[in-house]
Amino acid sequence: MAAAIRAKELGLKVLLLDDNDYLGGILPQCIHPGFGIHYFKEELTGPEFAYRLMNKLDGVEVKTSARVLEIINYSDLEKFVVFTSPQGVQKVPTKTIIYAAGARERHAFEIGIVGDRVAGIYTAGEAQTLMDIYGIMPGKEIVIVGSGDVGLIMARRFSLEGAKVKAVIELMPYPGGLARNIMILKDFNIPLYLSHKVVEVRGKGRVEKIKVVKVDENLREIPGTEFWIEADTLVISAGLIPNVKLLTEIGVVIDPSTGGPIVNDRLETSVPGIFVAGNALLINDLVDYVAEQGELAAEGAREFIENGGIPSRRWIRLVKGENVRLLAPHYLSGERDVWIYARVRRPMEDVVVEFPEIGKKIKLPVVKPAEMLRIKLKAEEISKAEDKITMRVVKHG
Amino acid sequence: MKIRVAIIGAGITGASIARVLSKYENLEVHLIDKNPDVGWGVSKANTAIIHGGYDDDPDKYPMRAKLCIRGNRLWHQWVKELEIPHVWNGALIVALKDEDFKELEVLLERGIRNGVPEMRIVDRDELFRLEPGLTREALGALWVPIVGQIGPIPAVIAIVENAVANGVKTHLETEVRGIKVENGEVKGVETNSGFIEADIIINAAGLYADEISRMAGIDYFEIHPRKGEYWIFDEGIPGPKRVLFPTPTPISKGIVVTTEISGHLMIGPNAQDLPPEEKENTATTREGLEEVWEGAKKLWPQLPPRSKVIRTFAGLRPEPTGGDFIIKAEEEVWGFINVAGIRSPGLTSAPAIAYEVAEIIQRDLGIELVEKKKWNPYRREITHFFALSYDKVNELVKKNPAYGKIVCRCNKVSEGDILEAIERMKFIGVKTPSIDSVKFRTKAATGTCQGSFCRPRIIQILAREYGVPPWEVTLKGKGSEIGIGDVKVLVRGE
Repeated sequence: MAAAIRAKELGLKVLLLDDNDYLGGILPQCIHPGFGIHYFKEELTGPEFAYRLMNKLDGVEVKTSARVLEIINYSDLEKFVVFTSPQGVQKVPTKTIIYAAGARERHAFEIGIVGDRVAGIYTAGEAQTLMDIYGIMPGKEIVIVGSGDVGLIMARRFSLEGAKVKAVIELMPYPGGLARNIMILKDFNIPLYLSHKVVEVRGKGRVEKIKVVKVDENLREIPGTEFWIEADTLVISAGLIPNVKLLTEIGVVIDPSTGGPIVNDRLETSVPGIFVAGNALLINDLVDYVAEQGELAAEGAREFIENGGIPSRRWIRLVKGENVRLLAPHYLSGERDVWIYARVRRPMEDVVVEFPEIGKKIKLPVVKPAEMLRIKLKAEEISKAEDKITMRVVKHG
Repeated sequence: MKIRVAIIGAGITGASIARVLSKYENLEVHLIDKNPDVGWGVSKANTAIIHGGYDDDPDKYPMRAKLCIRGNRLWHQWVKELEIPHVWNGALIVALKDEDFKELEVLLERGIRNGVPEMRIVDRDELFRLEPGLTREALGALWVPIVGQIGPIPAVIAIVENAVANGVKTHLETEVRGIKVENGEVKGVETNSGFIEADIIINAAGLYADEISRMAGIDYFEIHPRKGEYWIFDEGIPGPKRVLFPTPTPISKGIVVTTEISGHLMIGPNAQDLPPEEKENTATTREGLEEVWEGAKKLWPQLPPRSKVIRTFAGLRPEPTGGDFIIKAEEEVWGFINVAGIRSPGLTSAPAIAYEVAEIIQRDLGIELVEKKKWNPYRREITHFFALSYDKVNELVKKNPAYGKIVCRCNKVSEGDILEAIERMKFIGVKTPSIDSVKFRTKAATGTCQGSFCRPRIIQILAREYGVPPWEVTLKGKGSEIGIGDVKVLVRGE
């Protein structure tokens, strides 16, 4: 929605397609607060955030229950979007496409859980949809895999509705969510098992017990540390993967570390005129950043349309250095200020984020993999570099 | 007066028998299963292969040897009449050691004896032309072009739909508790939902065939479960064109590498014998899955990273005493026909088993079967959005807009597909709404995300169409409800 609104403000003709029956993606099911602090300068719930955006959509043609089947990249200047909806299949010509299709959740099979295939195993987002869109209570004794934000928020949600969250199981030696969400565990007295993993589920029709094992520093299981937890529900919150299938079908190059496309500072992918924003670009912590990326992509789309393509130039590469697990965008023009989104590999205290080629240093008290770094590089800083800028996170001093 | 036939077990065997017996004017056929839907026992989880008929020794296992090749030939006709998803892609039984050729020669000899056409041993050069991705250690193979693959549950569903259209009555969620025998003749079946009168009882109860047989007082065999585990990978991962077998061992045909008909690379099964009381143990295990992985790697070294798995599952094969299919009219109890121990190649043999049973009824029970003047051999497959042209979608949308609305993103399943599936579930008597029933008919929830997007939507549609609250919709029948009540049920303290 943010991309559509900005594109319309920039004078472009916009068609917004979404395969849900309603706009906002997962926002309408995120009934907790914490949204919009940066973007709207006030704290909102997910549905409120979505509603604010919906009210700005005047002049945008919107189609819900519309699933894109195919993107046809006829040439750099001509594209078609083929989508189906209750009105049938339509093929719409367009100059540019902003792809903001979000992410999917990793499921139980992907993280190697074995045992019985029974009712009561949900991804966190699915449990959230069941509870907060459809009003269904999935179960009453819950084990959650993963201490990321979605898992923790669902731990609170289950507790508030009277369920017993028996444990949150985290593979890593540190929790995966934002500090404000880790507080939930204390607030509701929920045990957190760090360096543990769920390996097996047993039950007849429904989950009955869940096997947990401790892991060492190399994430290898420690024999003899297995134990069972009795519960009727297992919620998997084991990370998100950008939804990029439609993009890979037209040859968009994917960065394996983000799972999203390789992009320039206009958020344009390796296929000219295809821009990407939000969790389809990389997994974000905050919806505010997602909206910001949507606006950036819209500005890129305008530049593309005005110039018949993004003008060629010598792009400066942004390169991962020490303790940087992923970053975007990957190519910088030096013509404008750019927000860099990045994540570290491991937690570290008292650090400096360094860009040695341009002599930039930012001191931070702490960095965590769970908390995305968002750093502005100014145009004049970027243009100091010759062909690349390295980002690294090192101990201070 | 019609002769009443009760078939116990709506798996591939029972369903096939029901279809064949539905051809006859003078039979009234009842198909009974304890599960909420058809094909949920042994038929549900297997390698889905229509075997070539070369690996069953006709001296040791005459029934298997005879019925496998006949079944293979019949499937060519049945998949067309019933529009069952299938592929005839052939199989390679691969030799990795010089000694393996001896075994391949044995298989070839056996194939010739069993009447299997078109088999031959291919050398290394031809082998890699047939299957370039195979391990470079392969030395040659037995090439069996008549092998194919089908969707096993779609096959059971198709057969039952056709049988019901031809007058067969189904009794789902009906558990057999006893067999009534009087004066050495069967009288009927006692079930949890009443007594079903029958003049002929056909025991096609899969893993439970020994228990059913004992209810009729016949206990010369036992069934024990043999577990096999499988991995299925995400779409887009290159797999073989043919079905790849290792050279077999005495216990098993070995771990297969194949591209299943939806286009996903699939590996499995191993073979683990379980005690007779573990007939419900379909849990996957770390050890079993590891064994499959290691075994598959020997034939197909390019296995994807483990993160590309979209599903693992296990199935059970019913291993009978003696190893051969037990298909006979039991002499002590007139009207009781055992169709038991239908282990591999049971899926392949099912249509042939069905004709065998019809023959037993005529020959051993002395009942002359009278063919119906009008018997409908055809059944139309349900609409699959993913298989339609865009023009065809637009044609359907004019009749019902639901055909334009996608519910399952990964596999492009429309709401129209799902509504059709539900209509057909009701047609064959599925009483309890379940996600699995929809899944097996439409492929919804079987793609990359394994249903985390579409399950909540399917639940809504099932709840609406069956008129139940959404939390009472099940994953796979009673006891697997997806919720415990509305979202305030616990807070209210109920």
